[in-house]
Amino acid sequence: MTNPKGRFGIHGGQYIPETLMNAVNELEEAYYHYKNDPEFNRELTELLNDYAGRPSRLYYAGKMTKDLGGAKIYLKREDLNHTGAHKINNVLGQALLAKKMGKTRLIAETGAGQHGVATATAAALMGMECVVFMGEEDTVRQALNVYRMRLLGAEVIPVKTGTRTLKDAVSEAMREWTTRISDTHYCLGSVMGPHPFPTIVRDFQAVISKEIKEQMLEKEGRLPDAVLACVGGGSNAIGSFYNFIDDKDVRLIGCEAAGRGIDTFETAATISTGSLGIFHGMKSYFCQDAFGQIAPVYSISAGLDYPGVGPEHAHLYDTGRAEYVAVTDDEAVNAFEYLSRTEGIIPAIESSHALAHAIKLAPTMDKDKIIVVTVSGRGDKDCAAIARYRGEDIHE
Amino acid sequence: MSNIAKAFQNGKAFIPFITCGDPDLVTTAAAVREAVRNGADLIELGIPFSDPTAEGPVIQGANLRALSGGINTDMIFSFVRGLRSDVTVPMVFMTYANVVFSYGAEKFISTCAEIGIDGLILPDIPYEEKEEFLPLCHQYGVDLISLIAPTSQNRVGMIAREAEGFIYLVSSLGVTGERSSINTDLSDIVRTIRENTSVPVAVGFGISTPEQARAMASVSDGAIVGSAIVRLLEKHGKDAPEHIGEYVKSMKDAIRDL
Repeated sequence: MTNPKGRFGIHGGQYIPETLMNAVNELEEAYYHYKNDPEFNRELTELLNDYAGRPSRLYYAGKMTKDLGGAKIYLKREDLNHTGAHKINNVLGQALLAKKMGKTRLIAETGAGQHGVATATAAALMGMECVVFMGEEDTVRQALNVYRMRLLGAEVIPVKTGTRTLKDAVSEAMREWTTRISDTHYCLGSVMGPHPFPTIVRDFQAVISKEIKEQMLEKEGRLPDAVLACVGGGSNAIGSFYNFIDDKDVRLIGCEAAGRGIDTFETAATISTGSLGIFHGMKSYFCQDAFGQIAPVYSISAGLDYPGVGPEHAHLYDTGRAEYVAVTDDEAVNAFEYLSRTEGIIPAIESSHALAHAIKLAPTMDKDKIIVVTVSGRGDKDCAAIARYRGEDIHE
Repeated sequence: MSNIAKAFQNGKAFIPFITCGDPDLVTTAAAVREAVRNGADLIELGIPFSDPTAEGPVIQGANLRALSGGINTDMIFSFVRGLRSDVTVPMVFMTYANVVFSYGAEKFISTCAEIGIDGLILPDIPYEEKEEFLPLCHQYGVDLISLIAPTSQNRVGMIAREAEGFIYLVSSLGVTGERSSINTDLSDIVRTIRENTSVPVAVGFGISTPEQARAMASVSDGAIVGSAIVRLLEKHGKDAPEHIGEYVKSMKDAIRDL
């Protein structure tokens, strides 16, 4: 390769229009500068702690553990962060970086709306303009988040192209960025897209596994046996895995959205059903047809409803360091209800995919084993949709 | 010498873009022949992609119409084979990296050479990633066209020095689509390109009127027009070819003698 930058094995890269190349190069340069800048890190830590509420709790789910009768289950409570999800970790980092770069405007894509809300929040806090692209279908599925973004002062643009979901929101945000670069930072919400985004977002989310490690050593005096997280693009998962990658005895398990099943066309389980491709700036696995046309994917979860996966996950899969499993809509909805009733915690439907796998896995493990499940977000936003899934006609 | 050079030997070049299969291949074939008969110097044929991130709404629409008509890469290859029985002007494909990659890059690029495709324009393959396809392009004699943008700045010389076929100079920021005016001063960029290569330069993005084509071709070697032609297809469907012929004539006439 002319330029091996931003590669994870064969994955990653910078497959983007020439118009954006200098923008991503500037971003990379600024990131590597501020990454090691004590003042930047002091400001970011202060924001994460005092504004977002970090460190997030590592909670021993005693009732769930007892009920399942196997491994001890801990929940990493990213749902307790300000704005209700892990997305704020990355957004505060990128917004601060953008501000240091002299940018005055943030644009973002959003699926479930959590990243859009986090970006709108950071923009309000830092006095920046904010425009969020959201698939029209998702603006209906997640109407409450649309209102939250507007309340925070952001403009929400419903994307009416393609499948009108997350993939199209990413495409539209990229198009917008090529139109207006000088004052605008594209605050990408997951570990995807062209280099340096997968690295930047991972580094800002790695605080999750850094804390899990410290908290686990404090509570149990040892590392967990497995860490589980849901994977759409994969940012909360890579954040949960990153500081355990060198600890080979810790199983890393990513839970993808199988939708109505990986043997149907209504799925978003990229690693289980996809193939190698080049899209949205990166080489990775994608759901696509034989001619490379990106497949219309489906999941009950707007946040996992994406036909690709971040390049570092693709690499962790290739090397066997992480495992990826597929979880159906039904299993995720059951887990959503199960955690609500068992622990009094309403998880995001995205996180419910990881919880569903934990419910299957824990009973197969001995009682002296420990698993950590990242609850990436809270489920208030999903209540109306899940009620409708169960046949109750409620509206927000 | 690249076959593409022939396109720049009849005065300033006029390069129309047509999406294959919009609304069907019979119409595409008629549109190409009308364009050639009326002075098109090089034909840019779009292979549709589900998610064309460099395109504005007009060409996005063409991609969707073509795909919903059931078009695929194999059908486009046999279509070009048929066109080549009488169309002799240089032709290039414009598509996205994944269309080439997922088909099997070697199978795709060798087929291009075999059916008479002279070059490839892939807007999501910048200089840094061109090794993905360049060795195969060299092996089979297909030019990988380089794009240069108003934001390229310090990258212009580097890209120009390794350019082949022609350089696609993007007129302005943003995606494809007609613009009421193009305000970028391209003369500095073109000067830097000229200092680094003798490969011809054609300007595209946003050009729709003969006046715009004149302005862009006067500082370069040619003008590329996509959305304005696709709009004729959107409006007239199967009856578009004759309108495309008239349009191409008006555009070529505006720039021929610059």
